Amino acid sequence: MNNSLIEVHQLSKTYKVADKEPGFKGTVQHFFNRKMQEVPAVKNVNFSINKGEMVGFLGANGAGKTTILKMLCGLIYPTSGYVLVGGHSPQRRQEDFLKKITLVMGQKQQLIWDLPPMDSLQVNAAIYGVQEKEAKKRINDLAEMLEIGEELTRPVRKLSLGQRMKAELLASLIHNPSVLFLDEPTLGLDINAQSRVRSFLAEYNRKTGATVLLTSHYMADITALCPRVLCIHKGELFYDGGLESLTNKLSPKREVTFELKSKSKPEDFLGYGVLQQHSNNVVTLLIPKNELTSMVSKLLTNFDILDLEINDPPIDEVIGKLFNSGSLE
Amino acid sequence: MKVAGLSKRIIRSLLSTQYANMLEYRVEIALWALSGVLPFIMLTLWSNNDAGSVFGFSQLDLSRYFLSAFLVRQFSVVWVVFSFEEDALLGKLSPYLLQPLHPLWRYVSSHLAEQLTRLPFAVIIAAIFFLFNPESFWIPSIGKFCLAWLATLLSFSISFLLQSLIAAFCFWSEKASAFERLLFVPYLFLSGLLAPLDSFPPSVLKLAAWTPFPYLINFPAKILSDLNVNLLGGFISQIIWILILLPLVIISWKAGVRHYTAMGA
Repeated sequence: MNNSLIEVHQLSKTYKVADKEPGFKGTVQHFFNRKMQEVPAVKNVNFSINKGEMVGFLGANGAGKTTILKMLCGLIYPTSGYVLVGGHSPQRRQEDFLKKITLVMGQKQQLIWDLPPMDSLQVNAAIYGVQEKEAKKRINDLAEMLEIGEELTRPVRKLSLGQRMKAELLASLIHNPSVLFLDEPTLGLDINAQSRVRSFLAEYNRKTGATVLLTSHYMADITALCPRVLCIHKGELFYDGGLESLTNKLSPKREVTFELKSKSKPEDFLGYGVLQQHSNNVVTLLIPKNELTSMVSKLLTNFDILDLEINDPPIDEVIGKLFNSGSLE
Repeated sequence: MKVAGLSKRIIRSLLSTQYANMLEYRVEIALWALSGVLPFIMLTLWSNNDAGSVFGFSQLDLSRYFLSAFLVRQFSVVWVVFSFEEDALLGKLSPYLLQPLHPLWRYVSSHLAEQLTRLPFAVIIAAIFFLFNPESFWIPSIGKFCLAWLATLLSFSISFLLQSLIAAFCFWSEKASAFERLLFVPYLFLSGLLAPLDSFPPSVLKLAAWTPFPYLINFPAKILSDLNVNLLGGFISQIIWILILLPLVIISWKAGVRHYTAMGA
């Protein structure tokens, strides 16, 4: 049985962009003879997402993540292919569909700048047909989860970025959507605010069973929230699977650092792994994950080791390599 | 119950929120109200050379007409294309498009809220006008006042639809407001803001009658100032223009949304 809530089939989007040469001549040419170029932003993307899943979208700037998100929520039309979200074609923007979804954009706001968030919340509650009593309850519950209170009655312009983001999330979730499209929800927030937003999203998913599709530049968002990731490069999807297996594929080695009681020579470690560092009795080796247990026990047997540490290479570094190469090879 | 996507509660909350928002800009709105004194400048020009008598307007008719033109303009002024353009360019439109309410209703509510905020300033300016021109003072009958109010409301609707049609070009062009500026000159001359249309040669009048402009200021202002006007013809023309513009706005909006790239968002 097909359990998918979101189905994406052969999805493509091509933008027409005007090219302009610099300088006066270029400006005149641009005015009289505008050259349009077709830029493919998304190319034949296929995936499906089950109800309740939290999925992270990974890719460099301009990879096509936000374009896909915009097509999934019905904001823009695909050039070809189709999307189904809960059985709806998002581009039709039927009321039933719009009441099920929400789109949160980290740097865009829907709150009225000069009024307290509470005013915008009341408008949203009315638009989504949430009864006043129920709206009050939802605002209280969400405010508690987001740790926001008196800020809701202060003008938006007086709030900090973190407080504004929390209020934005509240405004986006007042209708209890079951599908959340989040585009950089923690962008620009400090560490504490990022962490609060992350735990809120995890809690919201746990409590409501909502499906979450998230793009973020902060790997911490993805590692904390998304067991599954979709990797996109130049509009093409090249990985769809678990985050852990992605990091295993990208970095099949572990970093083993140990301190020796006595001095040693670099050649002593031939056959144990790739020597990364050798100084002052401290040695670092890169060892394939599948040989890790046997190699570490050999090292412990053959050398007098005072301390030993095993680390994954930093995930940001690993993903950075991925963004640059755009493939798993 | 919902009509055109609106329920009583949506109307109430949109209007009260937008009114609260507009009150934050009351000084700006007072200045906008003050900047609408063009009809009074025109009154001075027309009065100095007694030109009104050429087309059968007494001095009293002229001063009442221009005050009415000022009031009609205050409550029919539309700026949706500028707000819409800014929202489309900055990506603010995107969340509105994803809500189960047509985004244009938000702009309608902010215009109505702005009109309510303008009301006291318009009354003060009218009072000052009467203070300096006590002979022009008049109180229209309830019937005429209601008809003038209705004509102003229809005038606002025509202007709003016309600008919404232009605003829909924002889906294709980043600078749709430039089209609005193209309409400004014919609006200025043919709406009756600079002079009552009776002052125009018959050939221009004939041509103007085929445009929506005379029904935006001239028609409601003449009702309010108790001047001779073809009520039935005026109202029918206003309704016809609404019936022409409304489907055009709906069609262009639907086509525009397909073209929307959600730039800036």
